[in-house]
Amino acid sequence: MIEEKFDAIVIGAGMAGNAAAITMAERGLKVLQLERGEYAGSKNVQGAILYSDMLEKLVPDFRDDAPLERHVVEQRFWMMDDRSHVGLHYRSDDFNEERPNRYTIIRAPFDKWFSGRVQEAGALVICETTVTELVKDGRGKVIGVRTDRRGGEVHADVVVLAEGVSGLLGTRAHLREIPKPENVALAVKEMHFLPRETIEARFNLKGDEGTVIEAAGTISRGMTGMGFIYANRECISLGIGCLVSDFQKTGETPYQLIERFKHHPSVAPLIEGAEVKEYSAHLIPEGGYKAIPQLYGDGWVVVGDAAQLNNAIHREGSNLAMMSGRIAGEAIFQVKSRRDPMTADNLALYKTMIDKSFVMKDLKKYKDMPALLHTQSQNFFLTYPQLVSKAMQNFVRVDGTPKVDKEKITLKSFVTARSWSGLLGDAFRFARAWR
Amino acid sequence: MAATEVSVRVEDKLYQNRYRVDAGKAHIKVRPHTVPSPALLALLTACPARCYERNDEGQVEITVDGCVECGTCRIIGEPTGDIEWSYPRGGYGVLFKFG
Repeated sequence: MIEEKFDAIVIGAGMAGNAAAITMAERGLKVLQLERGEYAGSKNVQGAILYSDMLEKLVPDFRDDAPLERHVVEQRFWMMDDRSHVGLHYRSDDFNEERPNRYTIIRAPFDKWFSGRVQEAGALVICETTVTELVKDGRGKVIGVRTDRRGGEVHADVVVLAEGVSGLLGTRAHLREIPKPENVALAVKEMHFLPRETIEARFNLKGDEGTVIEAAGTISRGMTGMGFIYANRECISLGIGCLVSDFQKTGETPYQLIERFKHHPSVAPLIEGAEVKEYSAHLIPEGGYKAIPQLYGDGWVVVGDAAQLNNAIHREGSNLAMMSGRIAGEAIFQVKSRRDPMTADNLALYKTMIDKSFVMKDLKKYKDMPALLHTQSQNFFLTYPQLVSKAMQNFVRVDGTPKVDKEKITLKSFVTARSWSGLLGDAFRFARAWR
Repeated sequence: MAATEVSVRVEDKLYQNRYRVDAGKAHIKVRPHTVPSPALLALLTACPARCYERNDEGQVEITVDGCVECGTCRIIGEPTGDIEWSYPRGGYGVLFKFG
């Protein structure tokens, strides 16, 4: 397919791949990036919230021409039962700043733009090309890739695997295992289109202000999962995701789940009358620190979702993807500048650098959170939301019952559902996992 | 109280999507079987595009035309050897306008 040899081949044009490619190309490396979609972004799915800080480090002037939707001024957390939600809302005019901290984005147009910047930096980007396997030499060092194009073998000193969560190539080459069903969530999402004035009125927004809602509770039917509603300019991204192992166990269907979420009395008025223009699905790494595979080897590194880098508590996936891509790119550049070979020993620099960054520090902090939420899903996603909702209703409904009795009823409902030791144990386990 | 059941046709959802179908080249294959394994049965409900269905003999079959390439069936069915999974050829498959 291409005769010449490259310094690096990047597989995939998502956030991690683009970050790696732009970092290396800007430093003068000869970079080939391969993407199986018709264009960069055509296979990529995300909520999506963009964190400016990380992109700014890669493309300082991104605000000039990147297709951004709304800057986020309000974050809502909803704990839901079937008819109610208890909310924690944080809104601040501080987020109406010159260089906003977070934006909602739509991945297909955004990735197309990002890929344009990667090409401007000097990388060769070839789309509509599926990489079918990694090519190794006699000693097992990765020396290139094979594609589905005629005569499609290309060689490079190092291959950056930014192939996404399922990680087909890496697992085929036995660099790591297929993610386990209990360590990935399946999320389904719809794009609901409405006039921008309608969206602004319904979410209490002016101009390009945006709101994002993260929701948990009975909407996931006792499975470990979350729903989300993000306001874009002229559409609303709405979706819900749960662990694959939970779908497997319960026999719940993803489409029924999103349909129920849309019909919830707290959600339905937000999307009423909207035209749905797309239905998508995607896997999200949820295993946290303990699910991170080997990150480098002879002639290869793995970045982003393929490396299972996602902070599920703070909803930071693309952020860690960009960060890991950039760090990998910098490490490769450093090895290259020293004229050292791309061996596992030398590429260990990537691991050293990522360990020192916030990426690993954050994931380590929450290393016990997945196990807690994944094994206690009935309590955290079904029992507690219902108890809290009932307690709130008991608190606000005026019906002549003395307040002392009302408090007793609420307390009794918690103890009956979880017992004293259960309540204390849950609080303790949660605090310990959070710490 | 049980949540109100809402009827949903996944075909109506997929109808909104754009695809370039690689006719005759299914990127996912189900291993021939007589009685479906628990993993294969799980795919009947877990696949978000409902690509998996049972035929008259009770075996699980796949039609990949509506596949949204999420990889869920690979996570469930590849380690057990029930399915063979690849990406579609470059440029084929689902084409997200928004993603």
